[in-house]
Amino acid sequence: MSELMIEIDVLRYRPEMDEKPFTQMFEVPYTPDMSILEALQYIKDHLDSTISFRWSCRMAICGSCGMMVNGVPKLGCKAFLRDYYPKKVSLEPLANFPIERDLVVVMDDFIKKLEEVKPYIIPEKEKCLSEGTYQQTPEQMAKFKQFSMCINCGLCYAACPQYALDNKFTGPAALALLARYNRDSRDGGEAQRMKIVNQEEGVWGCTFVGYCSVVCPKDVDPAAAIQLLKVESSKDYLIGMFKPE
Amino acid sequence: MSETTEKTYKRSHEPVFWGLFGAGGMLTAFLTPVMILITGILIPLGIINSQNFSYEKIHGFATTWYGAVIVLVLVALPLWHTLHRIFHALHDIGINRGRDWQQVICYGFAFAASIFVFTLLLQMF
Repeated sequence: MSELMIEIDVLRYRPEMDEKPFTQMFEVPYTPDMSILEALQYIKDHLDSTISFRWSCRMAICGSCGMMVNGVPKLGCKAFLRDYYPKKVSLEPLANFPIERDLVVVMDDFIKKLEEVKPYIIPEKEKCLSEGTYQQTPEQMAKFKQFSMCINCGLCYAACPQYALDNKFTGPAALALLARYNRDSRDGGEAQRMKIVNQEEGVWGCTFVGYCSVVCPKDVDPAAAIQLLKVESSKDYLIGMFKPE
Repeated sequence: MSETTEKTYKRSHEPVFWGLFGAGGMLTAFLTPVMILITGILIPLGIINSQNFSYEKIHGFATTWYGAVIVLVLVALPLWHTLHRIFHALHDIGINRGRDWQQVICYGFAFAASIFVFTLLLQMF
């Protein structure tokens, strides 16, 4: 029986027993419809049950299985072995994040940044229930919808060279989320969020490399969100010159 | 969450330099190829008569008020663009020592050259 096999290198790190990360090679039976995530599940089920990786939905909705595939940030469930076979595949945890264990990274900094941008609608004035719902036209919705598709997988942070150099930078996903709420017609919190945008660590930490938008699995285009926010921040700067707080 | 509400935000002055960078980049992208085409290809090939670009003609153009403005903008803005890029590239390649001085030297050069061109044009009138 001649089953097709593919070699997969996985970066292992178990903090309680490994001094530093090392690469372990596995041979996995190859089929064209097999995703990277399924290959990892095969390894865990049949070859080495100690391997750790995050996953949940298997369909690019949950954003759990982000990892570096041959050095490129990808979702394990959305990348397929057929795009690499017969060459070997190398899997590493997402770049720019500390490793927790094997392919699992510590995402605390990213989550903190998502919380910091006030990612919720701040109404201009509280409306009574009897006044009815907030109405929105399709045009008003189109202004922010794209930026609301983020699944918080963190691929854009692994791609961002500025976040790699200085993790004080708010980063692509959090700024895209900020833009999503600032551009929402139901929101009145722009003034509060612009203070975050206007900082060096806000949009001005970005040099528009654009790789975040290339790797984004949901076509959110965070780079566009950030450049649009730079325009807003520049307007805010001009207004601030004549009307200091 | 209390620490985030206490946070003080410091406004960046980057919009000034980003504005000059953007304007300079636009000019560089659109007009530099045209200028290279004219002065580097079309005039040497004789397609455009080089007498149109004689000293007297160019001097005459640079000493009108609109000509002087065009020359100043064409020299100064791409310079601000270039030095902004260099300043940020220094950070990107890991030269982080003396960022303040890097900024003074980069933008200082662009500023000095802009003033130089400005006075040069002014004294031609």
